[in-house]
Amino acid sequence: MIHLTPWDLVIASILIIMLAITSFMMQLNIARQLLIAASRNVIQLLLVGYILKLIFANTNLFYLGGIAAVMLLVAGFEINARQKYPLKRWVGFKIGTSALFLSSFAMALVALLVIVAPTPWYSPQYAIPLLGMLLGNTMNGISLGMDKLNQSVYQQRLIIEQRLMLGQDYQEVIQDIRAESIRTGMIPIINSMAIAGLVSLPGMMTGQILSGTPPVEAVKYQILLFFLITAGTGFGIMLAVSMIARRLFDDRQRLSLALLKIKS
Amino acid sequence: MTDLTVKNLNLAAITPKLNQNFNFTVPAGQCMGLSGPSGIGKSVLLKAIADMLPHQGEIYLGELESRSIPAPKWRKKVALLPAESQWWYDRVGEHFSKFDEALFAYFGFDKTVMNWQIAHLSSGEKQRLACIRILMNQPRALLLDEPTANLDKENRSLLERLISQYQCEHRIPALWISHDQEQLQRVSDQILVLNEGDYTIHKNSDKPHRKPLQGECA
Repeated sequence: MIHLTPWDLVIASILIIMLAITSFMMQLNIARQLLIAASRNVIQLLLVGYILKLIFANTNLFYLGGIAAVMLLVAGFEINARQKYPLKRWVGFKIGTSALFLSSFAMALVALLVIVAPTPWYSPQYAIPLLGMLLGNTMNGISLGMDKLNQSVYQQRLIIEQRLMLGQDYQEVIQDIRAESIRTGMIPIINSMAIAGLVSLPGMMTGQILSGTPPVEAVKYQILLFFLITAGTGFGIMLAVSMIARRLFDDRQRLSLALLKIKS
Repeated sequence: MTDLTVKNLNLAAITPKLNQNFNFTVPAGQCMGLSGPSGIGKSVLLKAIADMLPHQGEIYLGELESRSIPAPKWRKKVALLPAESQWWYDRVGEHFSKFDEALFAYFGFDKTVMNWQIAHLSSGEKQRLACIRILMNQPRALLLDEPTANLDKENRSLLERLISQYQCEHRIPALWISHDQEQLQRVSDQILVLNEGDYTIHKNSDKPHRKPLQGECA
């Protein structure tokens, strides 16, 4: 494998700086965000590179548990960021994190204990990247599904109330919105599964091929990963969206938007 | 024969202006008009009686307390017709489980209405269809929030007659919000006037004795 020198990365970073200068001159108002994101990217990844080096050197279930917990909490927190009608912070964090935990950790355990089964099963070289990809994708899915759900409920609140007034059960009233929200969350992963290989080469597979793994080996891993991620994402979204949909109604089946943080 | 009774109903948590306790009974077959300045909370009161808003106190339909049955069941029995109706599918027919020919015909609709697009309905058509929709649920009490606000004179009196006919046929109570004092005097047996912090109820002796559409109801 060809090793990258710091200069190689400097050349790549010049491209980003050129993009920033151009967007500044075009008054796109995004140069600052671009540079901050690029700097975060460098710092976070370098940091994680060193941490991983440390962790790979001592295979220890407690270290792994610690890292996994941090990953889970950050993902759980980010679910509720960048929503148009976010949930109240603590509720959003609680629902998001528990859905993430149940789906992603279950999938990771299936992969580690049954399918890939490295020795020991918590070998960090497998566990961390796997969990990372599961959490990242599931987080995206839940975030999209939740955004759709909250936005639809808010916009259709009069219709929801009318249907409740007519004596419809809340399950019946929310059913279409819930289905639509779950579908919205699942579209990205289904899309990327469908075009994989024809339009895009998935990142993990590309990385493995670049580092010298035979393509067919890389492909097998990629397929496994796609299935795990899709299942994890799908179940995670169903869980999170259903939990929120349930809690948008109180014990007497009244629509209660107190769960949402309405920006005025 | 079921009266609608409100005991110690308090809605201060929803609307601070409504800090009075409500205690009244609308006897079976009778109509109580609701009047008062706009924004005082008349609609809030009706929504609470339909158990669409959290509230203190109890609401009884006959012997039945609202919280003793599931909320959807209560709302089918104690039906609220809001000032503005909502429609969520593309066509009229999708909002009805069946076609009640007599009821539709009463308001001048024939079977083709089921295929009409919601987007093309006038506000008056929506209001008449909403009235049909709610009566088809066979309610045991009616809560009407300015039901004729969007109707012309002819349809207004059709609706008034239909409600009074339904009420006397099934012996059910009704609460009726209106800003039209003449209408309240036509339809109500008693009138509740809502003010900030209190309310008064008086008998309405002006209610005309109306000849019912059919049968012995009066």
